[in-house]
Amino acid sequence: MKSLLLAEFVEPEAMVRAARKVDEAGCRLLDAFSPFPVEEVEEFLGARAPRLRVYMFFGGLIVVAAAYATEGWSAIFDYPIDSGGRPLNSWPAFILFPFAVGIFGAALTGFIFLLIETRLPSLHHPLFSVQRFERATQDRFFLALEAPTAAAENRRAKAWLREAGAVDVVEVEK
Amino acid sequence: MSAPKDRTDTEAAAWLLPEGRSFEAINELVSAPLLSPEKWSWRVWWGAFIVSFALTLLMMICVSWLFATGVGLWGVNTTVVWGFAIANYVWWIGIGNAGTLISAMLLLMRQHWRASINRFAEAMTLFAAGIAGLFPIMHLGRPLYFYWLAPYPNTMALWPQWRSALIWDFWAILSYLLFSILFWYAGLIPDLACLRDRAKTRRGRFWFGLFALGWRGSARHWRLYHVYHTTMACLGVPLVVTLHSVVGLDFAASLMPGWSETIFPPYFVVGAMYSGFAMVILLAAAVRWGFSLQALITVEHFDVMAKILLTASMIMTISYMTEWFGAWYGGEPAERSLVAFEFLGTYRISYYVMLFCNCLVAHMFWLRSARRNIALVVVAGVVINIGMWLERMNIVWNTLSHGYAESMWRPFHPTFWDYALLFSSLGFFAFLYLVLCRLAPIVSMHETRRLVWPEART
Repeated sequence: MKSLLLAEFVEPEAMVRAARKVDEAGCRLLDAFSPFPVEEVEEFLGARAPRLRVYMFFGGLIVVAAAYATEGWSAIFDYPIDSGGRPLNSWPAFILFPFAVGIFGAALTGFIFLLIETRLPSLHHPLFSVQRFERATQDRFFLALEAPTAAAENRRAKAWLREAGAVDVVEVEK
Repeated sequence: MSAPKDRTDTEAAAWLLPEGRSFEAINELVSAPLLSPEKWSWRVWWGAFIVSFALTLLMMICVSWLFATGVGLWGVNTTVVWGFAIANYVWWIGIGNAGTLISAMLLLMRQHWRASINRFAEAMTLFAAGIAGLFPIMHLGRPLYFYWLAPYPNTMALWPQWRSALIWDFWAILSYLLFSILFWYAGLIPDLACLRDRAKTRRGRFWFGLFALGWRGSARHWRLYHVYHTTMACLGVPLVVTLHSVVGLDFAASLMPGWSETIFPPYFVVGAMYSGFAMVILLAAAVRWGFSLQALITVEHFDVMAKILLTASMIMTISYMTEWFGAWYGGEPAERSLVAFEFLGTYRISYYVMLFCNCLVAHMFWLRSARRNIALVVVAGVVINIGMWLERMNIVWNTLSHGYAESMWRPFHPTFWDYALLFSSLGFFAFLYLVLCRLAPIVSMHETRRLVWPEART
């Protein structure tokens, strides 16, 4: 049975220091939890650069194209109105609609991919069963690392996590 | 176990009072009204709720009666075809701009003080933009057909007229409203998770938990969240500028004297920032007092917002002067006649009041003592909002009652229903706001917490 060690810190600095130690000790840092973003810890997680903006760009672009196509189709082909010989494709007047809905399209694409990439909503998670973990959204900082399977190593990891400033270290079944 | 440090040496020191400078203090201050309502006296809230609910009912009566009898209920006539409805619309949408300006523009400019005011400003945006969107529909005359603004295959084989400013309005408001909901809700998720974890009742845990989507503060999630939030801010700035530019184009794209001016779109955007910030100040004072958030919303916030009012006021003054100059320098008789009518005609009193409210009042904020006097800043906020409403009304009724054809000149006399709808829409706004502050946190906890942590600045 695999399990993980959950170390609790009072200060974000302590968590970042401990994360660096975990990295140096060759343990695998699984995740960090904090009540606000602590960017310094991200480098130890080995996560790839988020591609959210790329998705948002293309999502927005598709909506822009669809909106302009709707305008073009209706105003040039399906219901052309010749008003004093002005061009049917009045692009300056047509820009506002694709622009506004395109931005919303990008925002919505981003939100959908934010949910997909974070795997939310997921109302249950094994960590929620840890009593103290509820403070991760309030005022405490947590590191989750893969628990060494050997008993001696496991004890040693817990000891040096405490040394690094953890106020509590618990083992959680994954 | 080491106790959290008292962080007095940080930027937080400037924006938060000592009693609001720890993570737990922020959590407690913001979540207390939601999670321990029994500890609060809600007498003022109930008083305000009853008044605002009565006004909301009045608004429903106004709208129902309007839909039953038509726009003849208002003071509009065949010359002044846009009355209070359009002025109310522009005014509300202007207020609706400030939330996104604060959240997005100030975020991109790294103005960290926005942390404790952006959430209720965003909520203000949602409600104000929503209310604004109702007015053009009421004004349509055939409100039941408003969905014709959307392109959809129909048996009449008709399409929207894409060259019409009404269509631009519809899409700009709709996109902005939906965008603002996403922006607001995404920012709310970590705070809802915090409330879920602090809730003592089963009901609280259930509802906050449901809307928190299972957020657990993971660094991987924060990273994506951060990317999303900043990208949304980058998108929000052009959107908010577009929105009010489109409103300016409603006027500028016409051929009426005093309206078809190239300065209108940018000048409307600044006007929106002006009235929007004035409204944020009123809400900030109300929220600060009502929920005892003196530690999070400080005199410094009022100081800096008063500076923004001062700046916006000067830009407004220059815009008005540009209009006068343009009319004189352009030499078009109708334009010159209109400017003379503004100063000397039927609506001169409201024009002078507008100039006083929008151009003069804010100049007291050159004085530091005036900026730091919250009561004074709040009074200025009210005065500026009145001035900005008058500005929109002056734009509408001066031009329309004084167009090209002298034979068409007719004044506009507002009726009881005009006033009733204006004031009841304010009540409806207050009603929505009062309900919201019982359901969701009005200050962003996670952003304020971050303000407390100095290293985040580097």
